[in-house]
Amino acid sequence: MSKILIIADIHGGKLGAAVYKTVAAAGPIGGEIHIAVFAVDGAAAAAEAAKVEGVSKVLQIDNPANEHEMAAVLTPQIVALAKDYTHVLFAGNTFGKDIAPRVAAKLDVQQVSDIMAVHSATSFDRPIYAGNAICTVEAPAAPCIVATVRLASFQAVGDSGSASVESVSISAEIPTHTRFVSLEAASSERPELQSATRVVSGGRALGSEEKFKIIYNFADKIGAGVGASRAAVDSGYCPNDMQVGQTGKIIAPDLYFAIGISGAIQHLAGIKDAGTIVAINKDEDAPIFEVADFGLVGDLFQLVPELQEKL
Amino acid sequence: MKALVSVKRAVDYNVRIQVKPDGSGVVTDGVKHSMNPFDEIAMEEAVRLKEKGVVTEIIAVTVGVKKCEETLRSALAFGADRAVHVLEEGAVQPLTAAKALAAVFKKEEAKLFLCGKQAIDDDANQTGQMIASLLDLPQATFASKIVIEGEKAKVTREIDAGLETLEVDLPAVITVDLRLNEPRYLKLPDIMKAKKKAIDPQSLESLGVSAGAGLKIIKTSNPPARTKGIMVKTVDELVSALKNKGLV
Ligand SMILES: Cc1cc2nc3c(=O)[nH]c(=O)nc-3n(C[C@H](O)[C@H](O)[C@H](O)COP(=O)(O)OP(=O)(O)OC[C@H]3O[C@@H](n4cnc5c(N)ncnc54)[C@H](O)[C@@H]3O)c2cc1C
Ligand SMILES: Nc1ncnc2c1ncn2[C@@H]1O[C@H](COP(=O)(O)O)[C@@H](O)[C@H]1O
Repeated sequence: MSKILIIADIHGGKLGAAVYKTVAAAGPIGGEIHIAVFAVDGAAAAAEAAKVEGVSKVLQIDNPANEHEMAAVLTPQIVALAKDYTHVLFAGNTFGKDIAPRVAAKLDVQQVSDIMAVHSATSFDRPIYAGNAICTVEAPAAPCIVATVRLASFQAVGDSGSASVESVSISAEIPTHTRFVSLEAASSERPELQSATRVVSGGRALGSEEKFKIIYNFADKIGAGVGASRAAVDSGYCPNDMQVGQTGKIIAPDLYFAIGISGAIQHLAGIKDAGTIVAINKDEDAPIFEVADFGLVGDLFQLVPELQEKL
Repeated sequence: MKALVSVKRAVDYNVRIQVKPDGSGVVTDGVKHSMNPFDEIAMEEAVRLKEKGVVTEIIAVTVGVKKCEETLRSALAFGADRAVHVLEEGAVQPLTAAKALAAVFKKEEAKLFLCGKQAIDDDANQTGQMIASLLDLPQATFASKIVIEGEKAKVTREIDAGLETLEVDLPAVITVDLRLNEPRYLKLPDIMKAKKKAIDPQSLESLGVSAGAGLKIIKTSNPPARTKGIMVKTVDELVSALKNKGLV
C-alpha cells in the first residue's frame, strides 16, 4: 500500500487549484493520500484541503518562514516528512517545478517530471521532446518516489471530502540565504488559463499591445481565459505569464482559439489536450491547421470581430 | 568571480522528432543537434556579466558523449574562457548530471552557476535545482532578470502568478528562462578562436560521482495524434459548427 504526500501550493492563504488535479493523479497509484499545507497560518487552506475528495489527512505546518513558498525554505521541512511516505507529489506548475527537484536530490532519487498517466505505483508515462514522444518509465520504489504531475492530463477531483487536519511542527534547519523581495502579480479578472474551459490565444499577427485588445474583447465576450504565443509575449503585446506552450503553460480547455498563431511545435505542446481547437490564420498552409478541428483562413482583424458579434 | 555554465547537446528545436518503430527511443542518428536553447541564454548572460566586469572567468561544462565537444566549442565561441567535458557514454539522467556539475562547481570554487531551466529533449526541468540542493546553495529558477550586487544576486523569476523577485546570497544557482536575453549570433573569428581554447577531460569517476539507480525507460511511444479537422469557409459556418458540437 502506498502512502502519498502531496505538497499544496497556497495563494494568498487559499489552496491552489492545482491540488485537485494532483490528487486526481495520486488516485490510481493506490493508497492513502495526505496533503501538506506549508504557510504562516494555514488553517483556512488546511480546511479547504480537508475537503479535497480522496484525501484522508491534512498536515498543517505553520511557520513564519513559510510565507513565500521558497524552495530552499520548504525543502528541509518536506524532507523531514518524506521518510513516512512512498510518494511525494507536486503539481507540475512553477511551484512544483521549483521545489520537487530540490527535494528529490536531497533524498538522492531521480525525480519523475510531468506524470501524464499512472500504470502502477512505480510506473508512469511522461512527455519528452515537447510532448512529441511519450516515455514510459519505472521509478525505483526506495527510498521514495518524487514526482510532478502534468496538470492538463488530469480532471480535478471534487471538494466534498472530509479529511482530518493535524497540526505538525517540524524541527528542521531553515536557511536564510534566500529572501523574498517582491511579487508583481498578474492581476486579471479573466478565468485562470490552467483551469479555464475556454481559452483564446493571440500570436505575432496581432502586431501590437494595442491591437492585442481584439483578443481580450473576444475572450470577454465568450468568458474565456487569454493566452499567447511566445512571439506575442516576446514582442511585448501581453505579459509573460500568458505564454502557452512547451516552456509556458500547458492547458486543456474544452475550446481553444489560436488566432494569428502559426502552430510551432513548441506552441502545440501546450494545447495537445484541448477539446476542440479553432484556428484563424491568413496562411492556409500554416501548421496550426494540421491540428485544428475547425480552421478558418482569412484576416483575423476582419474575422474575429465578426465572430464576436455572431456568438 | 568565476561563473560556471552548463551546456547540453540536444536535438535542435526545429527538428520534427520521430519515435523509433520498436519503441526503444527517438531517432537521433543523423539528426541536427545544437546547444539546448536555454543554455545559449545562460551563456549569453554569463558573457554579458563578464563584459560588465562582474564575472571574471566563464567555464562551460557538459556531461555526455564525445560529440558533446561540439557544444563546448560553441560555448567557447560564445565567450567561455575554458571548458570541462565530463565524458560519459551512457545515458545521463538529471540527478547524475547534477552530481557531476556540482562536483565541478565545487572543485572550481565558482560563485555563480548558470544553466537553462530545462533541456528541450528530456524536458525534465530538474538539474539546476538539484545542483543547488546537493551543494546546499540558494536557487533562483526561471530567471528573466539578474542583477548582481556584491555578494548578492537579485533575480526576477517568471512564475505562474507573475514576476517574483528573490535576493540570494552568492554562491548560488540560477536557472534561466526565455526572456532573460537574446543570445548573440556566433561570429566566424570567435568560432576559430574557440578551437584553440582548452577543454579539460573528466569522468564521473574522476569527480567521485556514481551514476545511481535512475529511472528505467520501459518504452517510448508516439503521443495520441490529433486528427486534422475541417476547414470552414465563413464565420457563419464556424459558428454553426461550434453550436452543433454544443461548445457555444
Ligand atoms: C526553446 C524554445 C521554447 C519555446 N517555447 C515556446 C512556447 O512555450 N510557446 C510558444 O508559443 N512558442 C514557443 N517557442 C517559439 C516557437 O518556436 C515559435 O517561434 C512561436 O510559437 C511563434 O509564434 P507565432 O505563431 O505567434 O508567430 P509566427 O510563427 O510568426 O506566426 C504568426 C502567424 O500569424 C499569421 N498571420 C499574420 N497576419 C495575420 C492576419 N492579419 N490574420 C490572420 N493571421 C495572420 C501568419 O500567417 C502566421 O502563421 C519556443 C521556441 C524555442 C526555441
Ligand atoms: N548532461 C548534461 N550536460 C550539461 N548540462 C546539463 C546536462 N543535463 C542537464 N544539464 C543542464 O541542466 C539544464 C536543465 O536540464 P534538465 O533538468 O534536463 O531539463 C540544462 O539546460 C543544462 O544546462
